[in-house]
Amino acid sequence: MAKGPYSDKVMDHFMNPRNMGEISDANGIGEVGNPACGDVMKIFLKINDDQVCEDVKFKTFGCGAAIASSSMATELMIGKKVEELLALTNQAIVDALDGLPPAKIHCSVMAEEAIEEALKNYFKSKGQDPAIVDEMKAKIKKEN
Amino acid sequence: MIYLDNVAGTKPDARVVEKMLPFYTEHYGNPSAHFYPIGREAFEAMEAARGEVASFINAKAEEIVFTSCGTESNNLAVKGFLKNPKNSGKHIIISEIEHFSVDTTVTKLINDGYQITKLKVDDSGLVNPDDLKKAIRKDTALVSIQHTNPEIGTIQYTDKLGAVCREAGVTFHVDAVAAAGFSELDVKALNCDMLSIASQNFYGPRGAAALYIRDGVKVSGLMDGGHQERGYRSGTENVPAIVGMGEAARIAKAEMGVWVPELVRLQKQLWDGLGGMFDFLHFTGNKDRRRPGHVSFWIEYIEGESLLMWLSLKGFACASGSACSSNILADDEEDLAASYVLTAVGVPSDICAGSLGMSMSKYNTQDDIDNVLKVMPETVQRLCEMSPMYNRK
Ligand code: FES
Repeated sequence: MAKGPYSDKVMDHFMNPRNMGEISDANGIGEVGNPACGDVMKIFLKINDDQVCEDVKFKTFGCGAAIASSSMATELMIGKKVEELLALTNQAIVDALDGLPPAKIHCSVMAEEAIEEALKNYFKSKGQDPAIVDEMKAKIKKEN
Repeated sequence: MIYLDNVAGTKPDARVVEKMLPFYTEHYGNPSAHFYPIGREAFEAMEAARGEVASFINAKAEEIVFTSCGTESNNLAVKGFLKNPKNSGKHIIISEIEHFSVDTTVTKLINDGYQITKLKVDDSGLVNPDDLKKAIRKDTALVSIQHTNPEIGTIQYTDKLGAVCREAGVTFHVDAVAAAGFSELDVKALNCDMLSIASQNFYGPRGAAALYIRDGVKVSGLMDGGHQERGYRSGTENVPAIVGMGEAARIAKAEMGVWVPELVRLQKQLWDGLGGMFDFLHFTGNKDRRRPGHVSFWIEYIEGESLLMWLSLKGFACASGSACSSNILADDEEDLAASYVLTAVGVPSDICAGSLGMSMSKYNTQDDIDNVLKVMPETVQRLCEMSPMYNRK
């Protein structure tokens, strides 16, 4: 069959999304929307006392690239520490998906932003200042 | 695969292909070469095709100019007309739901000092003839309004719009690319001065289209060269495709009466079936004045591209008016703007992402429609479950 605009990995995650759904007792929830296309992504996190991501689920209203990006992101997140989650860039998601068409890169950015929002929500629920997420992100960016 | 994207082009009729082949293998002469048989054969076949196309839309053969595609016909109609020194006036009227080939062409003319009025449409996509009447000015050079909208299927009151133009003495062009083969086209009854049709939309081949230019309307060619098509379009003619277009026109004229009622029947089934399935499915376009066999809609909570992809995986080829997929090969996301047609008919732009079009042809069957109606609930359900918006209901 002729290949479509998406890689096999994208198609696989689109057809069989991993970790799709919600976590009822999540301690970090992040939702972001993309004003350009009206798409919305929501991430549910369960971070344990050792600051490790024990469980993650997503819900996405979006294109094939957005669904695949969220699915792939959750796979890359499970078992990772909070700092590692923050270090997860959209580029890493794109690479793990064997690439996205240029016009669809923004869909993976939405995944990175949703993780960020979810972590802010997590710190807030623990009574900490969510701004710590921005600081940590800035630090990680500097180090790279 | 069940093909439901016939606004993007139909499957050529086998008789059309058969008629074309000898013009690749035997009669391959250049129709401008009149002094040897294979040249003359090509010329005669081309002129016979011109006659068929003319009779298909109730025009005279000399009023037909062959072009390469609908876009070229629309470009020739608009720019060729304005380029002719006999035509003056710096004001152009179109609707806000024209095809890109009219909308973009006209928008670019602003740089050359033209003023553009884009007529609003109602929420079913119709232009009100009274609005047109009010919009016409002393310096209006041209009105160009499509017959059938490919995205939402709506059919304009073209004859009434034409009558308004006649009364005001303004030239009227009709983009009928999405109409040919699906609605009867009679250039006299439609009161138009120019009309574009493309062969691939009525079971003919790609690569041939036509512009009807009413006798007396002055249009200048856009390409300079060997004066083919009486100067309207220089360049060697695509004889096999033109021959195919002629045959497609002949067949359409003779057989539309058979396939159109069947398309209307299947369309009603699909429409009623989908409408009864989900209360969060919204149809687009006009229910009564629409292209036979065309059903278009958007679904709350669901994004168009994902639906399109799922349907494709299940063997259905549909069209998406989705922002997310319409221009997937673009260089950046700037090109992913929501469909202006859907925005014009009042669909909220963040929701336009969810639009889907299914357009049938004479080759679609009862089984096809039954199958669509069978897979839709599970497909929609699956995507709803994935959607963060769905639970908020
Ligand atoms: S998320 Fe909207 S285009 Fe991909």
